[in-house]
Amino acid sequence: MYEGAIQDLIDELGRLPGVGPKSAQRIAFHLLSADPVDVNRLATTMRRVKEVVRFCTTCFNVAEEEQCRVCRDTRRSDEVLCVVEEPKDVVAIERTGEFRGRYHVLGGAINPLEGIGPDQLRIRELMARLSAGTVKELILATDPNTEGEATATYLALLVKPMGLTVTRLASGLPVGGDLEYADEITLGRAFVGRRAV
Amino acid sequence: MHVRRLELVDFRSYRAVEVDFEPGASVLVGPNGIGKTNLVEALGYIATLASHRVATDAPLVRSGAGSAVIRCTVMHDGRELLVELELVPGKANRARLGHSPVRRAREVVGALRMVLFAPEDIELVRGDPAARRRYLDDLLVARRPRFAAVCADYDRVLKQRNALLRTAQLARRSGGGADLSTLDVWDGQLAGHGAELLAGRLELAAGLAPHVAAGYDAVAGEAAGAASLRYRSSLPAAGADRDALATALAAALAQARTAEVERGVTTVGPHRDDLALTLGELPAKGYASHGECWSFAVALRLAAYRLLRADGVEPVLVLDDVFAELDTGRRDRLARSLEDATQTLVTCAVEADVPVALHGARFEVRDGEVKRV
Repeated sequence: MYEGAIQDLIDELGRLPGVGPKSAQRIAFHLLSADPVDVNRLATTMRRVKEVVRFCTTCFNVAEEEQCRVCRDTRRSDEVLCVVEEPKDVVAIERTGEFRGRYHVLGGAINPLEGIGPDQLRIRELMARLSAGTVKELILATDPNTEGEATATYLALLVKPMGLTVTRLASGLPVGGDLEYADEITLGRAFVGRRAV
Repeated sequence: MHVRRLELVDFRSYRAVEVDFEPGASVLVGPNGIGKTNLVEALGYIATLASHRVATDAPLVRSGAGSAVIRCTVMHDGRELLVELELVPGKANRARLGHSPVRRAREVVGALRMVLFAPEDIELVRGDPAARRRYLDDLLVARRPRFAAVCADYDRVLKQRNALLRTAQLARRSGGGADLSTLDVWDGQLAGHGAELLAGRLELAAGLAPHVAAGYDAVAGEAAGAASLRYRSSLPAAGADRDALATALAAALAQARTAEVERGVTTVGPHRDDLALTLGELPAKGYASHGECWSFAVALRLAAYRLLRADGVEPVLVLDDVFAELDTGRRDRLARSLEDATQTLVTCAVEADVPVALHGARFEVRDGEVKRV
């Protein structure tokens, strides 16, 4: 136990995700010995992120203005909409360079254990966007786990009456690797889910 | 497949011990509490990365030591493979295969295949359905690793669905309307994963049944009543086809919905199923004697052994303290039925309990040492 400010800093850092007590202590002492200019820049950036960053009013991605960069881009198609759980999923899909449509960020997935149902997600906002009628294809890009699958199935049922094309991302073996490196569970599932060519 | 050598460092009661085994039967004799089961447990840990006795690694490390090492040389098809595990409580285990480190400890699973009978297994016959479901699921995963994911998915969906039902139950009790808009989705997921698990278990139970009957005969003799195993599903019979099972499970969930919302818990599905074990005409649980239950539990493990052997890779058979609870006739018959096994390791507290029919090497276990006699 240290006294005063340094212990306060260790406690605060320890509250961050992925930071244990040992790492918190290490970061705290690093900051203590670092150049004041660097530490001030970090403090200012942290304050600024809370002041400046907000959520896009259209897709709920992170943004610094009314709308995020994707929603402002006039070259993108309004006919394809990709539904993801978190803003970091938008970044992941953008890196592929394969998608030129718009996004909708739900803010999580249906998870009764954590008390998250459709009302806690931005599903009402999604339905409002779809009712405008410009979207022709809805891509469900929620995580390939139990909660993500449940969310995708729920959305698919919900938009069914609208007559859109609804698609789900493919899953299976990682491409470009060797079969022998896939673990037996992944390979076993890919085997069961094989398709005709 | 057989174990040629087992080395332990700071594992349980052992500071350092080395035991060389040969194919055929090996009998480990020593008084109670001397550490016979510790050797069995170490082999089991190499085979499954878990102890059959405790859930955490801390008790496995000798008190005062920081970590324990299990080193096992396995012979398979004339080839030698060294499997090494270092157990550090609270941290990930370090594993090496043939002297080279592997990225994940899981990669050593399968290097040693083993079927273990432990005294706790009497619970398979006398205990709750959960023990019998675990027996089936463990065997299912050993034969087809993909089922590890199927079981995990099913458990997860079940937890989520139960959480939703509980919230609905609470909302209803406090007079409000329950939000059940996502229940259909969870029903669909439960039916899908549940049908897959059910199909796997049904196929496995059908494959096990003849081996269980034969295994019980081998121990108890033909004159005793016939032992049978049957999968008891909470669903009406729907065959073993996955799609048909999914439809049946979805229908059962729809039918049970009102009751489930009232009780706040999922009442149908493979998590409520059981194995019906019968001796002659009567259920083994509640009717069979202690010796009969013991023999039945042995028969269940022998059946698993025969089934895995029929798949192609012959596992090592380990019987921990199996003879003490059997009469002389059953001991002799069991010993004779082990003759065709490539390797059998048997522990016993009293030399006199070892049947004459069991040929093979004898080891004496005492004071942290294992000596061949």
